[in-house]
Amino acid sequence: MTTFIIRRLLLVPVLLFGVTVIIFLMLQLLSPIERTALYVRDFPKNEKAVDGIIKRYGLDKPFYEQYWRWLVGVNDPITGVRSGGIVYGDFGYSRTSSQPVNELIANRFPNTVDLTIWTIAPMILVGIWLGVQSAVHHNGFFDQAARMFSIIGTSFPTFVFGLLVLMFFYANLGWFSPGRLSDDFNAVVSSAEFTRYTQLVTFDALLNGRFDIFLDAISHMVLPILTLSYINWATFLRVTRSSMLETLRMEYVTTARAKGLSENDVIYKHAQPNAMIPVITLAGFSVVGLLGGVTITETVFNYPGIGSAAARAAVNLDVVTVLGFAIFIGFILIIANLIVDILYAVVDPRVRLS
Amino acid sequence: MTEQIPSGDNSLLTATLSTRKIGWFEKFVGPENYRILLGLLKTPASIIGLSLIMIYVLIGLLAPVIAPPVKPDKDPYMIPRDGFSADPKPMGTEWRRNKPPVPFWYTPLTGKEEWVHLMGTSEGQYDIFYYVIWGVRTAFYTGLLVTVATLILGVIYGSISAYYGGWVDNLMMRLIEVLMILPSLLAALILAAVLTPRIGKSLIPVMTALIAFGWMGYARIIRGDILSVKERDYIMAARVVGVKDSRILFRHIIPNAIFPTLVLASLAIGDVVLGFAALSFLGIGTETGYADWGQVLSFARNWITALDQYWYIVVWPGLALVFFVMGWNLLGDALRDVLDPRMRGRS
Repeated sequence: MTTFIIRRLLLVPVLLFGVTVIIFLMLQLLSPIERTALYVRDFPKNEKAVDGIIKRYGLDKPFYEQYWRWLVGVNDPITGVRSGGIVYGDFGYSRTSSQPVNELIANRFPNTVDLTIWTIAPMILVGIWLGVQSAVHHNGFFDQAARMFSIIGTSFPTFVFGLLVLMFFYANLGWFSPGRLSDDFNAVVSSAEFTRYTQLVTFDALLNGRFDIFLDAISHMVLPILTLSYINWATFLRVTRSSMLETLRMEYVTTARAKGLSENDVIYKHAQPNAMIPVITLAGFSVVGLLGGVTITETVFNYPGIGSAAARAAVNLDVVTVLGFAIFIGFILIIANLIVDILYAVVDPRVRLS
Repeated sequence: MTEQIPSGDNSLLTATLSTRKIGWFEKFVGPENYRILLGLLKTPASIIGLSLIMIYVLIGLLAPVIAPPVKPDKDPYMIPRDGFSADPKPMGTEWRRNKPPVPFWYTPLTGKEEWVHLMGTSEGQYDIFYYVIWGVRTAFYTGLLVTVATLILGVIYGSISAYYGGWVDNLMMRLIEVLMILPSLLAALILAAVLTPRIGKSLIPVMTALIAFGWMGYARIIRGDILSVKERDYIMAARVVGVKDSRILFRHIIPNAIFPTLVLASLAIGDVVLGFAALSFLGIGTETGYADWGQVLSFARNWITALDQYWYIVVWPGLALVFFVMGWNLLGDALRDVLDPRMRGRS
């Protein structure tokens, strides 16, 4: 177990180094003038200023020197103030949203976390339930229906499904609207009387005792949650079903039946726990995927998370900002994958022993 | 008592033993691969999938007949626009400006003389029917090109990695892990955003981005298959008789290992088209007015409050995309069953 964790931990710096190199290489495709946004807020006004900045931050130096400066930042020789330096979390300036990239991330990431938290339960529980039911009724009506459902689910692109859902529930019925909060609640949330304990709107609303804001926030999240769950149900169904079918064929299940246990006990107490092992991995990686920002879903529903912010910056060709997001997301995913792998090893002895 | 005399007549034997004629095709693809192909032709899901794909192939081939271009010398992939006003027009509105020639099937089928916008127009008066029909060609074009390119890249990379083994293999596989950290859509989005100002708005930046972040899966699969084929007896036999390493790799290992990768690649076209549409939906991709399903769907984002009225901007291109992807998914689903070793010998 310890060797497994150590080996897995050793991989982390390798992956981090790899991701930074890839993103740095993409930055090198930009001209030095565009890359000044890594260090200075405003676009330099004249050619002389451009040359000065390029010289000061070494943007004309060989790439390994630039890579190093990009990692640790450049100290101003007079004031000693550091600018840039991704190891300090300084990803440069977002010229399209006129604020530092890390501030933009800090504003947006809590919303993505909020959405992830509320998506976990419907996504995983319903997905597993569907899978177990279709394995239990193998080749029966439920199984066939579930199979059709999963094929349709995997064929529906997120944005088509999202647009149809919006068309129906927002434009036609007017039940749920896109965005994050209604305008008047937005004003309340950004005012001083509303304390941001956790930065997560739903939890802050509850902690401040504003149940109306909580409901409003949830009602804005219903459609994204529905879309994300629907898209993932198909995968959960498929994995749970095949794992469950395999488990139900095992001899210990026959033994359990032979000693006269009720079918419910056989399925839910003996078979299901063992069948859940691959599902747990899938659940882990799905949650990690949600945390990494769901670009399309957030864009369709105009939800201010990191995915939609990255997409907007990309469309406006603000590459420095997008790459800042990419580093942040890469970092989150590497750490989260590490946690999932270790948890998996804890759950399944076969992994840690191999 | 009659005596049985051995007559040399084997009719009893041939009657009990089932014999099967082995056609040239089975010899050509090999018995295992033949079973897979046969299995695909027997499952209802894959038949529906194949028919869907065939319908799209036909639409793609007949695009100039179904939706004739305005002028023969103009780029047919640029959607004809009927004026410039912002609001989408409903289905059945008559063409005013820039009217394409009426196709021969139109009058007998609808009983009308005048060419109308069959599926309405999007903002900027681009005809949605033209988007849907000519978008089929764009879908096949991008899907095939990206798939072939990623397949070639993946097979070369995976073979090198598996062939050399040791630390080379280790390093190359770590590199794949690094490339797979970022969600592929986000990675492709970033690369497309970097490339677009340099190349200009066209199919090329998006396709390059999809290729750059799409080959890793194939590399992993072919590597695994090569590693298992490498251990077979006939490779050992080839080594023993002194065949050169390169010849063993190209003549004996790769041809025997490549089939699963090829099949997977041929079914990945649906996913590639989905990725492409997703990027154009986000707003990165072809210039406005290029026949591309994702682009019409991205128009819908500007009309979210009025989608009850302008539903046709979402529904028609959405359905075109969904059925396209569904065709490949149905085929892929059937393939998964056929390839599953536990199902062997059941079909």
